[in-house]
This record gives sequence, C-alpha cells and structure tokens, in this order.
Amino acid sequence: MDYIGIDIGSTAAKVVARGDHEMEFALPTGWSSKETANIIKERLAGDGIDVTGDGAKVVATGYGRIAVEYADYVITEITCHARGGREMGSDDCAVIDVGGQDTKVILISHGVVQDFLMNDKCSAGTGKFLEIMANRLGVDLHELFDMAEGGETLSISSLCTVFAESEVINYIGEGRRREDIAAGVVDSVAAKVAQLAMRKNLPDQIILTGGLSDSRYFAKILSEKIGKTISPTDRGRYAGALGASLLAEEKTKRAAAKL
Amino acid sequence: MADYRKMWEDLGMDVDTHDQLCEVLPQAFGDVYLSQENRPESMDYYNFVVAEIHGVRPAELIEHQKKGGKVFGTFCVYVPDEIVFAADAIATGLCGGSQFWVPGGEKVLPTNTCPLIKASVGARLDRTCPFFRIADMYVGETTCDGKKKAWEILAEDVPVHVMDLPQMKREKDVCSWADEIRTFKKVVEDFTGNEITAEKLAASIHMINNKRKALERLYAFRKNDKLPISGKDVLLISQIAFYDDPTRFAEMTNKLCDELEQRVADGISVFPEGTKRIMLTGTPLAIPNWKIHNLVETSGGAVVCEEMCTGTRYFERLVDETKTTVDEQIDALAERYMGINCACFTPNHGRIDDIIRLAKEYKVDGVIDVNLKFCSLYDVEGYTVERELQKAGIPVLGIETDYVDSDAQQLRTRISAFIEMLGA
Repeated sequence: MDYIGIDIGSTAAKVVARGDHEMEFALPTGWSSKETANIIKERLAGDGIDVTGDGAKVVATGYGRIAVEYADYVITEITCHARGGREMGSDDCAVIDVGGQDTKVILISHGVVQDFLMNDKCSAGTGKFLEIMANRLGVDLHELFDMAEGGETLSISSLCTVFAESEVINYIGEGRRREDIAAGVVDSVAAKVAQLAMRKNLPDQIILTGGLSDSRYFAKILSEKIGKTISPTDRGRYAGALGASLLAEEKTKRAAAKL
Repeated sequence: MADYRKMWEDLGMDVDTHDQLCEVLPQAFGDVYLSQENRPESMDYYNFVVAEIHGVRPAELIEHQKKGGKVFGTFCVYVPDEIVFAADAIATGLCGGSQFWVPGGEKVLPTNTCPLIKASVGARLDRTCPFFRIADMYVGETTCDGKKKAWEILAEDVPVHVMDLPQMKREKDVCSWADEIRTFKKVVEDFTGNEITAEKLAASIHMINNKRKALERLYAFRKNDKLPISGKDVLLISQIAFYDDPTRFAEMTNKLCDELEQRVADGISVFPEGTKRIMLTGTPLAIPNWKIHNLVETSGGAVVCEEMCTGTRYFERLVDETKTTVDEQIDALAERYMGINCACFTPNHGRIDDIIRLAKEYKVDGVIDVNLKFCSLYDVEGYTVERELQKAGIPVLGIETDYVDSDAQQLRTRISAFIEMLGA
C-alpha cells in the first residue's frame, strides 16, 4: 500500500509518498490546480503508483485540494500541517507556516490541534510579500536572504504590501544598499509573523514550516521578535504533504478496523 | 415573484437597479436553502416570504398606510416595538444584509464603516429597497459611532428619531432608558395621532411576547441531539421575524414547531450523526446574509445557536405582563430591554455569561465568534469572548468578514479546519 499526501499550495505543489514506495517531490502550482493534479498523477504513475487503484490512498490538502479529483480524502492544510509538524517537532509544539498566500500558526497539544490562527487577508507577512520585494530588488528568495544577512535593517513601516513596495522603491531611489533594503524586507515580514504568533500562548518548542522553513536567517530574526527559539526545518516545505500522507495511512487503517 | 413594478414605481424606487437585486436573490436562495434535503414542510411559509420579500409585506404596509396608519423603521433590538404597535402603527426592521447596497452607502460613508450601516444607508439613498421607502419615520439608537453619524445623514432624507441608549448597566441607566422609552412614546403618539393607553400597551406587550415565545420554542428544538431543523432555516426565520406581522409570524412559527415536535418523536435529524454542533456569537446577520451558516453547514457542522441580534438577543426573556399602568409597563419594558447584552455596553460580563450558558444549553462542540468588518466594539470584545471560552474549555474560532463572497474559500478553510479540530 502507498499513502500519498498531495499539498497544492498557491505557489508550489508538494507530494510525499510513503509505504511501498518512498518519495517526495515538488513542482510549481502553475495557473491550474487541476492541471497540476494531473501532472502529479502521471509522475506517480511513472514511478509505479496508480493513484486511482486500490494500492494507493490519497489525501489532498492546500488551497487547491478540491482540484485533486482522485483524492480519497480532502483535509484542510491546518490539520495536515499540524500532523506533519508533529512528526517534525513533537506532540506538544507550535508550527509557524509561512506560505505563499497565507501564514498559519498552529498549536499542537497531546498530538492534536488545540488552536490555530491564520492570516489570509493580507499579503504582508506572507511569502508573497517577500516574492514581490525580491522581484523588485532583482533577486530570488535565497539571494534575498543571503543579502539580508549582510545588511543593516532599514525600517519598512507600512502594513500593506503595496505601500511597503513604494517604501522600497523610495529606498532604491535614494541609492540605499540593496543588502540594507533586503534586511528591512525580511525584518518587516518577521515582525508581522511574530505579531500574529504572539496572539497565542506559545509553547517552548516552535518549528518553522512552509517555503521559508529552511532559512536559518529567517528563523533567527523571527526568534528575536518572538523571544523564543524558532527551529528551522530542512524538509519543512513538505510538512503539509507529509501530514497528508500520514493522515491517509491513519484514516485507511481506522476505516479497516471499523469493518 | 409577482409583479410589483407599479408599487415600486409609486414608492419612488429606482426600479431598474432594483431589478438586478431581484434577479440574483432567487439564485442565492435556491443555492443556499432549496438545495437542503429533508426540510420541514412548514418552511414553505418562510420560502414564500423570502420569494416575495419586496412584494407581499411592503404591500401590506402600504395598505396600512392607506388606512391612515404609520410605519416605523428600526435598526436595533433595543428599540421597543411594543410602543409602536400600541399606537396602531407597525414597526419593521430595516437592517441591510446585502453587498448590493454597500456601494451606495460608500458614496457618503467612509469605506471603513461596517457593512450593515453602509448597506442600510445605501438602500435608502439609492432607493432600492421598498421597506426603506415605506417607513414614515426611522428610529435610530446610539449603539455605535457609525450609526450615530449615519442617522444624521439619513435625517436629511427622512424623519429620524434617535433613542439615547446608555452604555452602562447601573440602576440609573435602566431608569434613563425608561425615560427614553417615555420620550419615544410621546414621539410615536404625536406622529400617529393615537394615544398609547395601558390597555393598548398591554395588548402589544402580549403580542410581542408571543413572538418571543414562538422563537424560544423554535430554538429549544436545537438543543436536541437529533436536530429536526437546520441552522440555516432557523436563521432565516429569525431574520424574517424582524419585518413580518408579529401575530402571523408567531402563528406560523408555532405551526412549524408542531411539525418539529413530530419530527423529534419520529427521531428525524437533518444532519448525519457526528455532525459538529457550532454556536455563532457576535455581530448580527441581516437578511440575506447566510454566508457563515452556509459554510458551516456544508463543512461538516450544524449551527445550533446564534448569540446574536438575529438570534437569542432578540427573543430571550419576556416583558412582565402583570403591570397595569403605562408608567409601570414602561419600566417593565426598560427592564427587559436593558437585559440584552450588546458589546456597546461596558463592562459587559453579562454577555460572556450568556455565551457560556448558551454553549452548555445547546451542547455545542465549538463556538465561532463572527465579527462584521469594522465593528470595533465586537472586535475588541472578541478578545475577552475567546479567552473566557477557552477558560471554560470550549474551543473557539474568531473570524472577521463582510458581505462580499470573495473570502468564502478562505473562510471555508478555517471553518473546515476548526471542525476537523473538533473531531480529533
């Protein structure tokens, strides 16, 4: 049996297979979640996994979850991220997931979701903000973080991505160092994520998942803002897909036990 | 809908623009309501009322006016309908619940005003709602800053009487509300030319109490483990209560309750076993705002109670019917109305107590605290609501939204995740 977790996010689609086959891969979501779901299906078929057959159970999650027509279960990204985060952290931890279009803070207690918060109305404080600013500075996300590390933080005070971009343009116009602007951009996102997270009583263990999860620099800045250690995770971008795969296994076994 | 074009034209409405609303409403109602399975047959009455929402009841109100009667439009559950009906006048709720009216309101109000106020002002100024055209006088109140200023704008277009609602609940505040009701009585008497006698007031208190009792009876069915009616349907009934004829409404609602009694006896539930029981708290859901109920009830949940103006705040507790003089009756009215717990009061422990009590009575699995965007009172109080619910061990999700549908999918993710969390 294969347990497949498919996490179709706004920016990237992540897939984790566990069981007879062990694999993980990611691809850009592109403009159509349905198309992406089909590409994933074919790619898995190429590796000998037939998602429509009895030998595979699929859980779809992420904002494109309903586009995965061959999914056996559809579960929200909160529950999946929590399950994956629990695997990467522990039964009692918090997961901060900075995604392409939203940011989630999930509190896990005794292995289950106890509470969560989501910023999904405003792109400031999400990956989208960094993407736009990196674009403006003519670099990619990794370069942005690398540059930021060597910069002196410039203040970006606007709460809105569009206005913050104007601030960045002003700095560029003033001839400020790119490194300093980059540091300001990362600082601004971290401040917004911290503001969201600090609305809740955070436990001692906090892990970072999502697209920025492997950035030690971002984790460091965020830790300073929150006043607690935020641990980066190497496979954090797969947290949702891993959680989905684990839930596929648990749901299948629970259903079998009921029969 | 039957043809009411002539009536709308006579009301001075912008009929062409209004047609656009008439076109979308049946579709929305069909998607949200008629798609439900196993609805009680007695919902037919409310289906009819909604289908003819801008026709049948407005025609009745106009008929009443032709006979010399007056119509008062109200916006808040603190305004005592009893006074209006005691003067042989009719009170009707005017709160706007559709995005359709919001741009009209934004022509004169700041964008960061709550959608309920924007929709209400837009409906009046754009002349796209018959109720707003028919009402001879609007009765406002001082429940929030946005409304206070909106009355000033509306007063340029229509007679407005504003009742000064106290912001605290000391004894002197209850007395002051009784005084406000006395002033209101005088305004209504002068405007209608009809005297409000103890006998008439007793009759209208009795009539409105009967409406409250019918709603209380209806809500009690939602305390059952097996729910004989959906939350969506009860919300619709609560919304209709604000503008339907009170006596007929009580009668039809009691008839529905008879059917629900039979359903309970037969063990009928409109939800599958394991459906999570959700209570909504917060800002009102004016018709046709069915968004949150629809999301909850298509995501594995059932709404079993609303601690809202369109909910328990509207009908809980009766006015004492034993008083025999107008003065005593007005004191009894003030007592009852000041017992409503709105976020405009400070401190407001009563509301927290209500929420915890209702969560237990209706055996809820979780609470969703809903805030209409830019309602700072409920938004700020949301902090206390969430904290106290958590202390009581009741899971809670706070959401903020308005009348647009663009956030529906994001809300669905949160609501689904919340329901998944309750199932773990």
